[in-house]
Amino acid sequence: MANQVNEPLFSAKNRKLLTDPLNTSNPITVQVLGICSALAVTAKMKPAFVMTLSVIMVLAIANVVISLLRNGIPPRIRIIVQLVVIASLVILVDQVLKAYVYDVSRQLSVFVGLIITNCIIMGRLEAFAMGNKAWPSLLDGIGNAFGYGWVLIAVAFFRELLGSGTLWGYQVIPNVLYDIGYKNNGFMILPPMALIIVGAIIWIQRSRNKQLIEAH
Amino acid sequence: MYSNSYVFRYAIIMVVVVAAVLSTAALLLKPAQDRNIAVAKMQGILAAAQVQATSSNAVDLYERYILEEIVIDPQGEVIGLYKNGAFETGDVRAFHIDLKKEQYNKAVGADFKMPLYYADIDGQKMYIIPLLGKGLWGPVYGNIALGEDFNTIVGASFGHDKETPGLGAEIEQVFFQEQFIGKKIMDESGKFVSVQVVRGGAAILPVSRQIHGVDAISGGTITSNGVSEMLESNLKNYIKYFKKQVNI
Repeated sequence: MANQVNEPLFSAKNRKLLTDPLNTSNPITVQVLGICSALAVTAKMKPAFVMTLSVIMVLAIANVVISLLRNGIPPRIRIIVQLVVIASLVILVDQVLKAYVYDVSRQLSVFVGLIITNCIIMGRLEAFAMGNKAWPSLLDGIGNAFGYGWVLIAVAFFRELLGSGTLWGYQVIPNVLYDIGYKNNGFMILPPMALIIVGAIIWIQRSRNKQLIEAH
Repeated sequence: MYSNSYVFRYAIIMVVVVAAVLSTAALLLKPAQDRNIAVAKMQGILAAAQVQATSSNAVDLYERYILEEIVIDPQGEVIGLYKNGAFETGDVRAFHIDLKKEQYNKAVGADFKMPLYYADIDGQKMYIIPLLGKGLWGPVYGNIALGEDFNTIVGASFGHDKETPGLGAEIEQVFFQEQFIGKKIMDESGKFVSVQVVRGGAAILPVSRQIHGVDAISGGTITSNGVSEMLESNLKNYIKYFKKQVNI
């Protein structure tokens, strides 16, 4: 495919790889992947943000590595190879964090390990990186990680605001409101509420995005 | 189509390469990680004494404030004292005692050692006890500082490895740890009662018991119970020593 060699780095097709996962093919709201971590880390905004950063790192690098190896990977063990790449990257990231930024590593605690189990990552390796070149794979990885991240942060925003009355750890609901009887919604910090907020986001998205509305 | 032998060769080479990369990384990074762990331990001990240390000044502050490292045996006798950078008795520093190993020794009925730190924070003298227990997903740990009466809590710090963010993980927040200040671990008759982390809040306890209770974390009940359990099981090992000190 000679025409692809000269394709500009940010051609319309490549830009679509970055922007589509933010909306039309969003990993959480459309493909309904990565729900587990979306429930687990969204009680507060800070962990949701850190999780987003970590997923961007791991997904981008794993996509590139698998894309570079794709012609040599035997199809019968490709899932194992993908898992090995993801797990090694995650362990490596974890070790480096522990050695050089111990404080950050302590804050991340479980999240780093949770990345291995994030189905979005294996989903992208299998669906995209196995059949595409390194550069589009990198864009696809970053795009999907952002698509995952904005939903996570949006969910965390509502859960932290309504559940704890804070944002990023700072109190935003004035004490005056508490004095006249306002109460934090304790249900918000429990996982079921994350599912309901994700459901609400899906509802709003489907009502506005014509491509997602089914024919019947 | 790939042959079976190719698949095997590919898998073997992949595993060897990955193992080599990861073990090299682990070996190279180990000294830096161990240093970080020791510094974090000092920060935890200082935090219980209400001294906020950063990773860069923790070693200096530890040396300035922690005057004695004491090792105690199950009978409440002092078997080790490390002071001013030298041993006065014994040959094990409290700082180097592995709580996990000692708790195992206790569980199997063997002899065990307990660490205790004596600190002087600008004139306020306190005894700091390291804690180790179980949370929901992994260990919870911490340090608790008692005043000179060996009864009133003057500070506490907690940490965890894997507790749920926003729920059990909140035990490392200041608002939770501050509740412990001023609480007492012994009742009026001098009996050890520890401090309970109470689901529903310490306010539901009878008034006379409220001095031995703090509020649990909503949605973090198992972690909160783990903290109660940890305080009870660790502190009770020191009671014999405390009684001896107070009677003097």
